[in-house]
Order: sequence, then structure tokens, then C-alpha cells
Amino acid sequence: MANIPQRIIHEYLRHDKKFPHVWCAGCSNGIVLGAIIRAIASLNLDRDDIVMVSGIGCSSRMPVYVDFNTLHTLHGRSIAYATGVKLHKPNLKVIVITGDGDCTAIGGNHLIHAARRNIDLKVILINNNIYGMTGGQCSPTTPHEAIATTAPYGNIEPDFNVCNLAIGAGASFVARTTAFHVLEMQGIMKDALEHPGFSLIEVVSACPVIFGRLNKKGGAPQMMKDFRDNSIPLAAVDKLPPEKVEGKIIRGILRREIRPEYCAQYASLVERVKVKEADNG
Amino acid sequence: MLKKNTKKAEPKKTTKPKATKNETKLDELQSTRERKNVLMQGNEAVAYGALDAGVNFFAGYPITPSTEVAEILSAELPKRGGVFVQMEDEIASICAITGASLAGAKSLTATSGPGFSLMQEGIGFAKITETPCVVVNVQRMGPSTGMPTSPAQGDIMQAKWGSHGDSPSIVLYPDSVKESYELTIRAVNLAEKYRTCVILLLDEVIGHMREAVRLPDMANVRVINRIKPTVPPHWYKHYDENQKYLSPLASYGEGYRFHVTGLTHDSHGFPTNKSSEASEMMERLRKKIDYNIRDLVQIESHQMEDAKIAIFTAGITARAAKAAIAMARAEGIKVGLLRPLTIWPFPDDAVRKMLRNVETVIVPELNQGQLIHEIQRLTKDKSDGNLIPIQRVNGQLITPNDILRKIKEVS
Repeated sequence: MANIPQRIIHEYLRHDKKFPHVWCAGCSNGIVLGAIIRAIASLNLDRDDIVMVSGIGCSSRMPVYVDFNTLHTLHGRSIAYATGVKLHKPNLKVIVITGDGDCTAIGGNHLIHAARRNIDLKVILINNNIYGMTGGQCSPTTPHEAIATTAPYGNIEPDFNVCNLAIGAGASFVARTTAFHVLEMQGIMKDALEHPGFSLIEVVSACPVIFGRLNKKGGAPQMMKDFRDNSIPLAAVDKLPPEKVEGKIIRGILRREIRPEYCAQYASLVERVKVKEADNG
Repeated sequence: MLKKNTKKAEPKKTTKPKATKNETKLDELQSTRERKNVLMQGNEAVAYGALDAGVNFFAGYPITPSTEVAEILSAELPKRGGVFVQMEDEIASICAITGASLAGAKSLTATSGPGFSLMQEGIGFAKITETPCVVVNVQRMGPSTGMPTSPAQGDIMQAKWGSHGDSPSIVLYPDSVKESYELTIRAVNLAEKYRTCVILLLDEVIGHMREAVRLPDMANVRVINRIKPTVPPHWYKHYDENQKYLSPLASYGEGYRFHVTGLTHDSHGFPTNKSSEASEMMERLRKKIDYNIRDLVQIESHQMEDAKIAIFTAGITARAAKAAIAMARAEGIKVGLLRPLTIWPFPDDAVRKMLRNVETVIVPELNQGQLIHEIQRLTKDKSDGNLIPIQRVNGQLITPNDILRKIKEVS
């Protein structure tokens, strides 16, 4: 073994047999994984109480590498499985790792209904604008006119603004960041983990090998530079003229409100029903 | 859209006065435990069977003719601290009960044909991950939206082969309201014991029919719970090999921190591409059914001792067959019934014995031929003209007279 300095993330990875990972060089997924682990470590959460659930796709391969309770499910269904876990054991912290295709195409229905219920799931949506695992097909967040293997003449569809979608559906914590802004990402994740309610974090991320190559984005370092140069923090939006905001990635916590959480609502329903039963009996 | 319309077309079923009735029933069933004869629907029997088996998590989506199961459990589960959740669709329902089961719940969902079709991928996931759960399918006439309030036995093969890829199934099939209660408990027990998704097939008429039943005292209800691991976490294998293929199951939040995936996996649950590990996993799924077939198969043999003609059928059609047998016997015709309570795994041995002893087998079923293929498979002489189908797919039942007529034709 090479002499690698022990970092906090190593304590949270599964050492037995699950490496090397499946991600390509330059992929943002590892950056996101690191940020999640550091956010969890900073809160001193007990790893026995963390369940990481995912669907299908590149990002959804994440749970197998981490030493939590982990559940790698069906394409699009991670939020539905997570709902079952969380409702039966509300004391567990349930984190959902998903991608743009998994969460907003095949899984769109589960996303909006979990947001509506305000069930306390932490959904981390790694948005690389493409189906990476199947080789570069168009997703609901592939930008208009971008090239994908199923949009060889350019994508004629408009793309989803996933944060607006989540806000519209009722999510009580919604944030966006990019793979370049690691410390910001870590802070947002920490805030989300402490937020009592449905939380969605969109991490705009780089798929240099497929999306980048198809759309001539200039490789992983260039894509990271683009995230730096083409994004603005939410706080700055009001201070800038509209033309400087147009087309930029807006970063920050876009929605944070406290409203009744679903498991808590259910617990109080149970109490109410039990009291009524006791009165009757 | 079509499905929604169908549901809206039958508002009477969803607005029946249930609240007060359930409470009286709960008193009868839960408090006194001195169970009297009660008039009960098949769907109600399923709901109370689930509760008596210890089901504490239900996720479902409304669909005729199974909706009463959800309605009753939405009233009863909160009283016992259990979870009822109405999901956004049937796909979410099967996923939620599987997730809950991994967190330690005993979970169940109820649906009908269109929902059952949607659940198939999730059923496969529960099977490959060996996660206990129960899916109740109150069958209705198909294909597609079909005739939502009419009976059919069209999902017999789907219950076995519906999910993609090879996977053995456990499927139970009651013929009465009382048996719906009993087989619901058995379905939950088998799910826990064999760590798989067990399917309970009801006929629409059994789901909605009311019969007088006397449910057993709780003292006489045998409830099986999953085996919990006793080893320290670092020794735990999520899919432990042992002789009977019945392995302990940890739950999330208990310190075991295991991995579950729908990918082909090794005994720890980690994905694998090794063909040796893949075949090990597939063999494990097969053997846990094959090696325990005596425990799984249940049949009823009715007046078969001296029978020259046998009727082989399940569910409501077996009730018609029994009536036909009584009439035929009154005329001196020696006819009996072999009825599977477990349709998958198929009762091969009992059917072989039947085929040795009788001259003719009549297979009435509410489909275009599903059970009959299994009898054909076990018939040595493939040209045998003594295998007689009665098939109906128009929303009507096969009546005792239909069967009697055929008995007389062949006797």
C-alpha cells in the first residue's frame, strides 16, 4: 500500500473489495461523495443511523462504496424506497443519491409527491445533463440544442429547472451548487441534513467523457472553470443587471422554510387515533 | 386516464359506511378475542389476516376490486401504531413496502391487474434482494383496464413469470373468505420465513363476496417472524448460505450496515460480475423454493379416493366444481376435485398422482388456458384426449351446471 495520508473520508468508505469505483476520470461524482461524507462527519452523525438510497445511473453507484446502511434500487424509484425506510424508522437519516435522468425523467412522479408530502429525505441530485451510464442519451436536463446520442441534430426540447420543479411541488429546502464549489456544497449539505423536511440539492456536475466530448466542452478542467465563471451566488442576483444573470447557474439555498414534516404528521395522527380509541374503549 | 375513469365510475364502493363498522369489528377481533360468526368480505378478511399476521406497514394505491383492503388498513393500522400510506402509484407502493421491510417492517400491498403489472419490476427487486413482503392481487378481467368489477383468473402465469428474468415464485390462491384470511397470514409467514415477495391471488368475486366466517382466536394464529442475526456486524452476511437456504435478516438501523442492490450480488450483497457468484445467487433463489417444496405446497383433495374423473382448478372456480361434484355424485358419477392452495410452486407430485388414478381431467378456469398447461406438462402421453378444458373470459363465472354438463359428457 502506498503511504496515503488518512483523510476523514477514508473512515467512511467500505474497504472490503468495492474499489476501484466505476466512475470515469474527471467525473464529479467523487467530489460530491467527498462533500457528503465531510458534511456527515462535521455533524458527528452515527453511521448506523444513516441510510443511503439510490436508483440507477452513474451517481446511483455511490452507496456501495460507503459504510452506511445502503440500498441501490430500481431506475427512478429511489425516493419511493426511501419513503418506505423513513416512514418505518423515522429516526434514521435517509439520503437519496440520484441523477437527472433517474430523478426527473423516470422518477419525476416520486420526486414531486415526496416534495409535496415534505417527508424528511435528503435528495442529492447530481445533474450532469446526460445519461452517462448508458452512453450519452438526452435527459430532461440536457440543454436546448445540446448534442446527445439520441439527439444527434441537437436537442429540440427545453430542459427542466429542477430546483423550480421541487419548489413548485412543495419541497421545504431547495438548493443548487456546482461541483466546482466544494466548500459551498459541503455547507449546503450540512444545512440540508439539519433541515426537518424534504430537501433537494442540485449539484451541477461535469461528465467530461460523454456530455463534454459530445458538446466540445474542452475536458474536465475546462468544465470546472466554466462552473466557476458561469455561476453566480443567489445573493448577487439582485445586484446584477438582468443581462448578466441570464443563462447563469444560480447557486445557493433557494428555498428554506419550516412546514409540517410527513413522519411527524403521521406520528401525531397515530397519537390522536390512539387517544380516541382509548376514550371509546 | 382510463384507470382513473374506471375508479370514478364506482363511487359506491369507496363511500361505504365503514368507520363505525370497523370499530365494532375491531372489538370483536382484537379486544374480546372471542370470535363470533361475522359476515365478512374477502377483502376484509385479507385486511384482518394481515393485521393478525403482524403486518405493520401498508403502502398502496386505490384500485377496484382491491380498494377495501387499503381502506380498512388506513383505519386500523394507526390504532396499532403501524403505517398506512397512500402512494402516488403502484410502482411507488411496491418500492415503499420493500424499503420498509428492509427497515424491519412486516409489509403488504394490495392491488389488481393494472397495478400488478406496474409492480412487476419491484417484485423482481424484492425477490433478488430476498426482502420479505406480500402483494395481494385481487384479479379482475383483463387485458388492460378490462372489466374492473368482473372476475377472471388471468394472472396465474403473470404471478409466476411477470417480472423479467428467472425467479421462482410463491403464490397462494384461496377459494373462500375464510381461506382469504388464513392464506393472508400464511403469505406473510412465508414471506418472512423464505425472505421473498409472496403473492396472494384473489378472485374478484372472493374479494367482494360476503360469507359468514368465524376467525380463530389469536392464540390459535401461528405467526412467523424473520430470523434475526446473532453474529456481530462484521461477521454478518446478508445472504448467508445454509442447508435450508433460510438465512438471518438484519434491518437498517441495527448496526449491521449491509448493502442491498438489484444487481446480481455475492453473499455480502455486493454487486458481482463473476459467473461463479452469479450462479451461486441464482441457485440460492431456486433452491430455497425447491428444497422446501413440502412446506410450501398445499392442496385440497376433495372426493378423490374413488374418482374416475378429476377436476383441477383453483379459487372461485373450485367452488363451482364442488357444487357440480355434489350433483354428479348424486347421479352416481365418480368425480373429485384437486385444488391447489399454493399454485406456485406447482403441486407436481399431487398432480402426477391424480393423473395415475383417474381417466379424465377437467380443467375449468376463467382464462384462455393457463393451469391446463401445467397439467399438460405433467401428462406423459401428450396426445392424451382426456384432458378437457372449460374456459371462459367474458366476465361471467363458470357455473356448477357448466361443469356438470362437461362431467356428463365425458363420463
